[in-house]
Amino acid sequence: MMTTVELTKRQLQWKDEFKAFTDEVVAPSAAESDKTERIAPSLIEKLKEKGYLGSMLPKEYGGMGLDWVTVGMLNEELGRGCSSIRSLLTVHGMAALAILRWGSDEQRHQWLPGLADGSLVGAFALTEREVGSDAKSVQTTAVLTEDGYVLNGRKKWITMGQIADVYLLFAQCEGKPTAFLVPSDSPGFSRTPITGMMGVRGSMLAELRLEDCVIPQQNLLGLVGIGLSHVALNCLDYGRYTVACGCVGLGQACLEQSLQYASQRKQFGAPLGDNQLIQKMLTEMAVNVKAARLLCCHAGHLREMMDPDSIMETWTAKYFASGMVNKAASDAVQIHGANGCSSDYPVERYMRDAKINEIIEGTTQMHEMLIARNMLSAT
Amino acid sequence: MNEAKDRIKAFLNRFFRKAELQDHDDIFALGYVNSLFAMQLVMFLEKEFGVRVDNKDLDMKNFSSINAICEFIERKAS
Repeated sequence: MMTTVELTKRQLQWKDEFKAFTDEVVAPSAAESDKTERIAPSLIEKLKEKGYLGSMLPKEYGGMGLDWVTVGMLNEELGRGCSSIRSLLTVHGMAALAILRWGSDEQRHQWLPGLADGSLVGAFALTEREVGSDAKSVQTTAVLTEDGYVLNGRKKWITMGQIADVYLLFAQCEGKPTAFLVPSDSPGFSRTPITGMMGVRGSMLAELRLEDCVIPQQNLLGLVGIGLSHVALNCLDYGRYTVACGCVGLGQACLEQSLQYASQRKQFGAPLGDNQLIQKMLTEMAVNVKAARLLCCHAGHLREMMDPDSIMETWTAKYFASGMVNKAASDAVQIHGANGCSSDYPVERYMRDAKINEIIEGTTQMHEMLIARNMLSAT
Repeated sequence: MNEAKDRIKAFLNRFFRKAELQDHDDIFALGYVNSLFAMQLVMFLEKEFGVRVDNKDLDMKNFSSINAICEFIERKAS
């Protein structure tokens, strides 16, 4: 059942703050981040100053202590301005929340204050060259020795992999998927930037190499064998939520650019917006963005209530929002014509960024299988 | 405790509609359990009973049947 979520006065204030920050700081830098394939350190400093890197953490550890609907609004607004910035919050939060949920008291006190204030950047290292959706088959290994855990293997497509200080990394330990905290200064650890990606190009991807990489025994997160079933799934739930909200923001950006262009651009002596076929695209875009926003808001509300249904509702929101934004971006380019195919207009970047959302945090096809199977199993 | 048992049963019945779940049935042996269910069960117990399921609690024996879950909740509450 869909619940009606009315934003509180405080949530509306947050929304205004996030919008202003995006308009003033994030959106103006997005084209440069896309071109240079990096987020400027000065921009990350501004995120830290606002406390946004601790947006998903409780105040107890120096975080913002936001409710989940507000966290969603932050990711929507950042996603409206720059998908790469949104991706930083996603993977950083995945690492932070894993420590909050499954870490020991010592681990929480060691890592969370730094992740909350942004003096440490976290990342999520699951994917490998040969392992994507089939995450239980990761080939990286971890062996306990007298010196600690010794890790061997490679991780690929790791968002923020170039700059992270600590990785939530998954390896086979005693033959079972297990989560570890791997600092970037660990002996035997190295990383290589990955460039030339199609979209979300500022997300500073890297390939990680672990060659007899030694980490302290106390960097095991949770228990041996719960890496996927509990740690990763929990992280990916937050990841899917923030990606879905980011898609809403990107869809909103497509709509705003399209409305502006359709109002100003004239053909046959009249604005493009007078054309009914353009109006159809604008209407579909607006309605679908609103629908995706409501699904995200609903999922956020359920997360806030710790409702077990929040997990499937988040899958639903991510599935719809990531599909929606690809259609919205495609139509935005179509409305812009040749201009839309040029980097002079942001919709060209939006279309490249949109595609990535159908692949990360579970492909569209994995969503289709899981959502259907979940319904069938309950029938 | 009966009230807790009813709440647990009501939750589990959402996933085990094809089987009439008895208090002592091994829910893992019935074959409907996956990692999504495990995550939902942890969320449900934490929300409904105000307990925190810690690493050391993640022993399948604690969640293997309605009776086992009730005993686990009772232990955590005390």
